[in-house]
Amino acid sequence: MTRPSTPELLHAGDSCLVIEFGDTIDLTVNGKVQQLRRSLEKHPLPGMLEMVPTYRSLALYFDPIATDTDRLLQTVRELALATEDFPSGGGTVMIVPVLYGGAEGPDLQTVASHNGLTVEDVIKRHSERDYYCYMLGFTPGFPYLGGMDETIATPRLQNPRTLIPAGSVGIAGRQTGIYPIDSPGGWQLIGRTPLRLFDPDGEPPILIDAGLWVRFQPIDRGEYHAVTEAVASGKYRPQISPCKEDKR
Amino acid sequence: MKLAIDSGGLLTTVQDLGRWGFQGKGMPVAGAMDRQSLRLGNVLVGNAIGAAALEITVLGPKLTVTDGEGLLAVTGADLGLTINNRSVPMWEALFVTAGDVITFTGPKGKGCRAYLCLSGGLDVPLVMGSRSTYLRGKIGGYRGRALKTGDCLRTNAASLVQAGIGFACPEPLRPLFAPSTPLHVVLGPQDKAFTASGVETFLSASYVISNEADRMGYRLEGPAIEHTSEADIISDAIPLGSIQIPGQGRPICMLADRQTTGGYTKIAVLASPDIGALAQRLPGETVRFEAIAFNKAIDAARVEGKAVETLLALRSSYRSRSRPLQTSKSGTWRIHVDGKPYDVSWELLNG
Repeated sequence: MTRPSTPELLHAGDSCLVIEFGDTIDLTVNGKVQQLRRSLEKHPLPGMLEMVPTYRSLALYFDPIATDTDRLLQTVRELALATEDFPSGGGTVMIVPVLYGGAEGPDLQTVASHNGLTVEDVIKRHSERDYYCYMLGFTPGFPYLGGMDETIATPRLQNPRTLIPAGSVGIAGRQTGIYPIDSPGGWQLIGRTPLRLFDPDGEPPILIDAGLWVRFQPIDRGEYHAVTEAVASGKYRPQISPCKEDKR
Repeated sequence: MKLAIDSGGLLTTVQDLGRWGFQGKGMPVAGAMDRQSLRLGNVLVGNAIGAAALEITVLGPKLTVTDGEGLLAVTGADLGLTINNRSVPMWEALFVTAGDVITFTGPKGKGCRAYLCLSGGLDVPLVMGSRSTYLRGKIGGYRGRALKTGDCLRTNAASLVQAGIGFACPEPLRPLFAPSTPLHVVLGPQDKAFTASGVETFLSASYVISNEADRMGYRLEGPAIEHTSEADIISDAIPLGSIQIPGQGRPICMLADRQTTGGYTKIAVLASPDIGALAQRLPGETVRFEAIAFNKAIDAARVEGKAVETLLALRSSYRSRSRPLQTSKSGTWRIHVDGKPYDVSWELLNG
């Protein structure tokens, strides 16, 4: 882990300021991004519109007409300097139930064969670690997860699929992720979650947030149907549980 | 008011000022490409500046008012507005009523996007705080897509419609669509990823808008801009109007429907008013960039804000000489036909 450098304030036009904490993807740098985000959420500055936390920076959007930009720059600089060096997370993890294999995970066997493992090994290795959500992007609700066991890394499909159903859980190289909406893609699909990561009419519309930990929990077909129904009727409440180890 | 869509035109979508608040969750903002034209159009018809309106691209739709009455104003590019086959002025609140047919005969000059604003604003469902259509995500606006033949729109109720008839936006308050004017940019956030000659190329060369130009972004053609080393960065946020330079060195200007994050270096970001100015240009037109300081860009944004305030103030003191509907048995109304005033006397028969 690299030690973060002094935060840098970068202009991104007249309506956005980027606060960069380093040039690496790691928990310490991202922890600072999340700390700054949380302190600005707690004490929003006049004119602030919204924030976009990413791997190593926070973008702060503001209304150029309604903002005292000198004050904004000064306050943000002070808050950024006050962030501390500890990994983010706060010790909570969201449980994402996954039905592995079958029609929902057509590439599970490929991932096992590629790594000389059994299907059960892949499920175990994929579901026994907690993953950190560094940021969302690419499509609404798509989480960039870090921390996958490299012994199940598998290259993308040679020939991408034209339609991957929402909820599909996949592996691409050393990354794992969940497709929030139906979309084309080349990830190796190992299972599917009945949760809806993106539902424009939902509250909240997007389930996973940057800075949260995610744990995949293997479920069987019966549980898959039960959760699907609970989600459809609006009765499902996401399970939040403590992390397996202290992330700090 | 209700409207039937007799034909949708090239690309007609419902837009407001965009779906802000969810970029951190990966949700693109969408919204009007030329925000100032939308704001001013809404002021003309007495709406809140961010009310939903139609964004019309190059070839306009054909609409029939099927029920009710209200004010209509078209701003932005001149795409040949007609009502009942007669040319009518843009940038003015016009009274429309059931039976009126609104068409566009084609672009008349500069600009490619017009905004058709109706009093009350378009009544489409609010999705995540906005009525804007996000085409790739198929959400918002009218069923998440562009308008087509057979669609029906309606507006929210509006008050004081009669008092606003004939209110026009003075020319100095309207945005300029001058194709030869350089677009102003603030350098950064990744201008240090380019060589001095790379930045020099960016600020001196003439670029041409390629055919890959849509609501998401405009790819430009022209001299390559030199990076110091890598063209890729660890993915970060993509602000509205940012100018990405991928490895091949040609700029991509990121507009309303841009994705929220990306991994290309961004050499500069367009000043707010110049985002609308670029969005009014078409493939084949040229683009040059001129760097301005952050504070100058803020000043430019404030000039736009001032124009909206001025128009709001003018409207609040404007009273059309057309009288409001009343229940007396006779009276005189002043109406405007082709911009000329006429007094029409009326009385209730057999009353």
